[in-house]
Amino acid sequence: MEIILRNLTKTFPARGKKGRDGVTAVDHVSFTVPDGELVGLLGPSGCGKSTTLNLICGLESPTDGAIFFGEEDVTRLAPELRGVGMVFQNYALYPHLTVRQNIRFPLENRTGKDRLSRQDIDRKAEEAARLVQMEELMDRRPGELSGGQQQRVAIARALVKSPRVLLLDEPLSNLDARLRLQTREEIRRIQKQTGITTVFVTHDQEEAMSICDRIAVMRDGVLMQQGAPQQVYDDPESLFVARFLGTPPINVFHGSIRNQKLCIGDQPVMDAAGAADQEVWAGVRPEGFVPCPDGPLACRMERVEVMGRDTSIISSHSACTQPVIRSIVSSESAASLRSGQPAEALVRFALKPDKVFLFDRDTEARIRLRPAGSVPASERSAR
Amino acid sequence: MNKNSPKAWLYLLPALLFLLAFLVYPLLDVMVYSVEEGFNFASQTYFGTGLYNFSYVLHDPYFLQAVKNTVLLVLITVPISTGLALVISAALSSIRPLRELFQTIYFLPYVTNTLAVGLVFMVLFQRTEYTDGLINLVIQLFGGPVIDFIDGPYWAKMLVLCVYTVWVVMPFKILVLTSALASVNPDYYKAARVDGTPRLRVFTRITLPLISPMIFYLVITGFIGAFKAYSDAVALFGTDLNAAGMNTIVGYVYDMLYGDSGGYPSYASAAAILLFAIVLTVTCINLLVSRKKIQY
Repeated sequence: MEIILRNLTKTFPARGKKGRDGVTAVDHVSFTVPDGELVGLLGPSGCGKSTTLNLICGLESPTDGAIFFGEEDVTRLAPELRGVGMVFQNYALYPHLTVRQNIRFPLENRTGKDRLSRQDIDRKAEEAARLVQMEELMDRRPGELSGGQQQRVAIARALVKSPRVLLLDEPLSNLDARLRLQTREEIRRIQKQTGITTVFVTHDQEEAMSICDRIAVMRDGVLMQQGAPQQVYDDPESLFVARFLGTPPINVFHGSIRNQKLCIGDQPVMDAAGAADQEVWAGVRPEGFVPCPDGPLACRMERVEVMGRDTSIISSHSACTQPVIRSIVSSESAASLRSGQPAEALVRFALKPDKVFLFDRDTEARIRLRPAGSVPASERSAR
Repeated sequence: MNKNSPKAWLYLLPALLFLLAFLVYPLLDVMVYSVEEGFNFASQTYFGTGLYNFSYVLHDPYFLQAVKNTVLLVLITVPISTGLALVISAALSSIRPLRELFQTIYFLPYVTNTLAVGLVFMVLFQRTEYTDGLINLVIQLFGGPVIDFIDGPYWAKMLVLCVYTVWVVMPFKILVLTSALASVNPDYYKAARVDGTPRLRVFTRITLPLISPMIFYLVITGFIGAFKAYSDAVALFGTDLNAAGMNTIVGYVYDMLYGDSGGYPSYASAAAILLFAIVLTVTCINLLVSRKKIQY
């Protein structure tokens, strides 16, 4: 089921004194979730992603705008009539009911012509439990389950009524790191298996990047950018999105453009064809640095961290906004670097043009360079 | 950390001494009194030991009347007050405007003096030469006969006592239940809403089980409190409760010690032990039931 958000706005009234403006949690968000895809709503805390989810679910009603499930306008529809399954951050499993009773609960609510026979309820509950591989533990109570198991029961409870849309609110935030990896694969598997359109909210960009078909990055209630994870990573439209995606994070320099060249410090480091002379933010992905003896960017070497497959070079530069520059290079080139240079010396980098993004100093919007200076956009997204 | 460190016991000593002197010693003393026949305060003498005191108390019509009154009071007021408190606190939690005002109103009886409340009930129920009391005026309005609630038939007096008790114990129960209701994670209700759970089913299948520990707590303390009723009856019917036929077990104990028929510490102790036995039994049953019902 395709989900279409059109100009969705939610303003919460100000608490306390009258006359104060309310808080706009979601600000004219327009966004389409294609049928059968897993879409991640991504952003820092308080950016309005959970409110957006609640609006889709129907727990909140929008101040303005509309929500469509396929052709159907569900904007004013109560949550139970929308056919949504919701998994809450703390799972909200009823602690006094067993796993079986929890999964059966949504089905037992049905009355009138929708009422299901006891056998049907049992069969559907079994199916849902099998889908999340919990059929062995049906008679336990939530308190006797691990966090990951509770998570799976919550998903089963959301899926048992065959909803049109599955919504997950920070589904992995209560799990430890290892379980998180495992559970996100699990969510992906369940989503693929059922083919259900799924929206999931997270503040962890790695989580979203790893399992989502599409991501939507939000900030202060505004949708900043959307697209396939790799596409958004490779082609951020703003400094915020560039900073938010990627671990280790992007390195941002005070830069300026002079004579079609990007200068960091006083050194021209890269061609910047098509850009007017101005002050800019220059963002360089960690993998965009190439150690090279006559590279234009000279940084002070701090230390080298070896992590098997690749190596991080930690260095610093006075024009960088962060205290250290973290660059990831292949282990071979790092080895040659160490043998050639004494410690505490300068390290010189050349920059990969498609890993460098320029942003306006004031608006923080992306400054696009003429394709001659960088890899064309079409080629980039194809990769 | 050594669990049996003598230092720890030293720190506990002041509290333990007070407990021993004012709680354990009197308790044991009551048990001793209850088996000493014909104990006399003045001379500190008694005839002998045995179970005669219990036999006397159990055959005393006043005591049997007191037991009957107390048990009736318990059986009527505990379910009614708990149920009403549940309804009121559920209503309080689901309204937004004026909630604070209603909370204050419902809490007022808790901070009001028992005897002052008794006075108000007198105005409502008592017949005097000048008026039949407010309630009687209302009954007359609907064409009913005048009833003397304070000096009239037994059921009328019992009714007033029950109404009074329910009214006095409700505020605490409402307070506990509203906070119990407020502590239920709202996500449960959201989950129920998404699943289209009817309101009544949300209440019976989610809210009630989640606050059931608090309800059982209120029932248990309610039973204990109602078994110990005394001041309520005094506030309504005066100190000569035996004459009014509205005595309670605690009232009987008091009368045996200090009342007109006072000076019988042995009988009083025996009655107190009997009350203790009743309360203990009822509480144990309560706990057994609640342990079966509350499973998380």
